[in-house]
Amino acid sequence: MRNSGRPLSPHLTIYRWPITMVLSILHRATGLAMSLGLIVFAAWLVQAAAGPEQYQNFRALMSQPVAIALLVGWTFAFLLHLGNGIRHLVWDSCYGFEKQHANASAWAVLVLAALLTAAFWVVKL
Amino acid sequence: MSLKTPLGRVLGLGSAKEGTDHFVSQRLSAIGLALLGSWFLVSMYLLPGTHYLEVVRFIGKPINSVLLVLLCITVAYHSYLGVQVVIEDYVHAPVSKPLALVVSRFAHIFVGVAAAYAVLRIGLQI
Repeated sequence: MRNSGRPLSPHLTIYRWPITMVLSILHRATGLAMSLGLIVFAAWLVQAAAGPEQYQNFRALMSQPVAIALLVGWTFAFLLHLGNGIRHLVWDSCYGFEKQHANASAWAVLVLAALLTAAFWVVKL
Repeated sequence: MSLKTPLGRVLGLGSAKEGTDHFVSQRLSAIGLALLGSWFLVSMYLLPGTHYLEVVRFIGKPINSVLLVLLCITVAYHSYLGVQVVIEDYVHAPVSKPLALVVSRFAHIFVGVAAAYAVLRIGLQI
């Protein structure tokens, strides 16, 4: 946007982010991240169908630290998108719009997603 | 009787008359994925290991094959709907917008079909 020197309404860079705003953009970000993850999910199935050697190569690739980090990220993305998606479905039924409820559910989704991600990977790693 | 101007009618302006369908499809596939996705995550948690035989045995079990094919279709569809909204929100140029929408649609169908086909191959080989 060109700076015309005219006063500008407060927007993204000016507001102190409330937690509801963070969850809103995270919902979209995690959705997009999982759209990319879908390629890896499909590759996993395709490589498994292709036979033991191909699968072993894929497994070795996905055991790299970077790949593990991505898998942890996708686990968190799924859980956050799931929790926030349920939050959206509740809103669609006209419940949970009060400020304190929206804030509380936002924190609940964030904390639960982080805890469940940790619980999953503590066992797996 | 329409109050739209003739020019507006010719240009096809106004509502596209299909927004509700998108909204409902997104929610229904979301409910399906809440179930299928949770099942998949729990299954991955319970999987004894990620070596070839363990994975193929899991995918090839009939109930798992069915649920995995459903997951492949539903997740590709839901992902397409989501990416479509993102493109419509951020991409406005006359060529890049329809191009991005078409590429996204083809890519989602390709990835979804490839994944489902792989599940069927494993399921039918056992």
